[in-house]
Amino acid sequence: MAITVRIPTPLRTFTGGQDEVQANGGTVAAVIEHLESAHPGIKDRLCDAEGIRRFVNIYVNEEDIRFLDNTETTLSDGDTLSIVPAIAGG
Amino acid sequence: MGGTVVENIVRPKRLESIVDGIGQTPLVRLRSIDSETPGVRIYLKLEYTNPGGSVKDRPALQMVRDAVRDGRLTRERTLIDATSGNTGVAYSLIGAALGYRVSLVMPKNVSQARKDITQAFGTELIYSDPMEGSDGAIRLVRKLVSETPEKYFYCDQYNNPSNPKAHYLGTGQEILDQLGDELTHFVAGLGTSGTCMGTTRRLKEHHRPIVCIAVEPDDALHGLEGLKHMASSIVPGIYQPSHMDEVLPVRTEDGWDMADRLAAEESLHVGHSTGANVFGALQVAKRISARAGGSGTVVTIACDRGDRYFAPMTWEKHYEW
Repeated sequence: MAITVRIPTPLRTFTGGQDEVQANGGTVAAVIEHLESAHPGIKDRLCDAEGIRRFVNIYVNEEDIRFLDNTETTLSDGDTLSIVPAIAGG
Repeated sequence: MGGTVVENIVRPKRLESIVDGIGQTPLVRLRSIDSETPGVRIYLKLEYTNPGGSVKDRPALQMVRDAVRDGRLTRERTLIDATSGNTGVAYSLIGAALGYRVSLVMPKNVSQARKDITQAFGTELIYSDPMEGSDGAIRLVRKLVSETPEKYFYCDQYNNPSNPKAHYLGTGQEILDQLGDELTHFVAGLGTSGTCMGTTRRLKEHHRPIVCIAVEPDDALHGLEGLKHMASSIVPGIYQPSHMDEVLPVRTEDGWDMADRLAAEESLHVGHSTGANVFGALQVAKRISARAGGSGTVVTIACDRGDRYFAPMTWEKHYEW
């Protein structure tokens, strides 16, 4: 599955400044593994021992994965996965 | 002198305008939390008792008053700024009370509660890209202002000296009135840095030394809404790190857990940035308490209430980009 991943500003240090990268995987978990292999270090920012960190919001297209099957949410070719940061400052 | 007592009597009195209710907030002891640190008391200044529900009422009012006084803000212009929400609520309330138009630029993923509150005051909202966070909102407001400078008064909370001034004149002085010489440490989170800068400047003028410590998220990607990881952000012009004795990094999870604990143990339902502040204050208190005969009093800030975050805490199911 070819998936487009939208990268928020705080994680662009891992993607060489790119705001969007391509990844492969049939589930959210598989895409995160693929991201980690292409951009080492990024997984630690997104996940802890229990899975996705509580404050990290991941959307498949327009749907929060908490309302789908979390990291086991299945993806289709052409889906967009968005990592949305918290809002900082003022 | 009995500053606290006087204010406690004055506070419930009638007000000529809601903006006169800004400031003079209570200070409450965290008895359960500070039971972990014998010899050290921890107090929380309840800034959410301001009329707009957050600490931001103070800088917003000071910035508006100073701008009206010197003619930068007039009835013909619209006050505009980038805000993650609380400052926006404050501008909206003050704008409505004093008769000035307000437009706000905020990342589209701010909580629904804050969009609803600001619009209730008649404020116009302009959304910036949620992927770019609050720096995206700053860039967008700069663009809008440069296109039609005559239309706007750009309040610019990140670079406006009236922001820390509000805390120099208000928050810092009030803490001294409330605790006097008992105060040994002050801890506050960095957002615009106005609270830290202004309060610290006042506390450092006190005749006894007071240690002032800033709290910031430990990483660029964090969930402490309202706080800024300075190393990866557009650094506010008002931020002068040399004012602080120390900058203490706090993990998002620690801030969130402390917010839950404050509700369960202290009956204080606060936002995550307050959780981070109290987590930081507790670390500082533990250090003091661990010293032989160590004693002290630590003050930190309750920026806002947790109900302002109910929407993102239960998560908005759909997202429109």
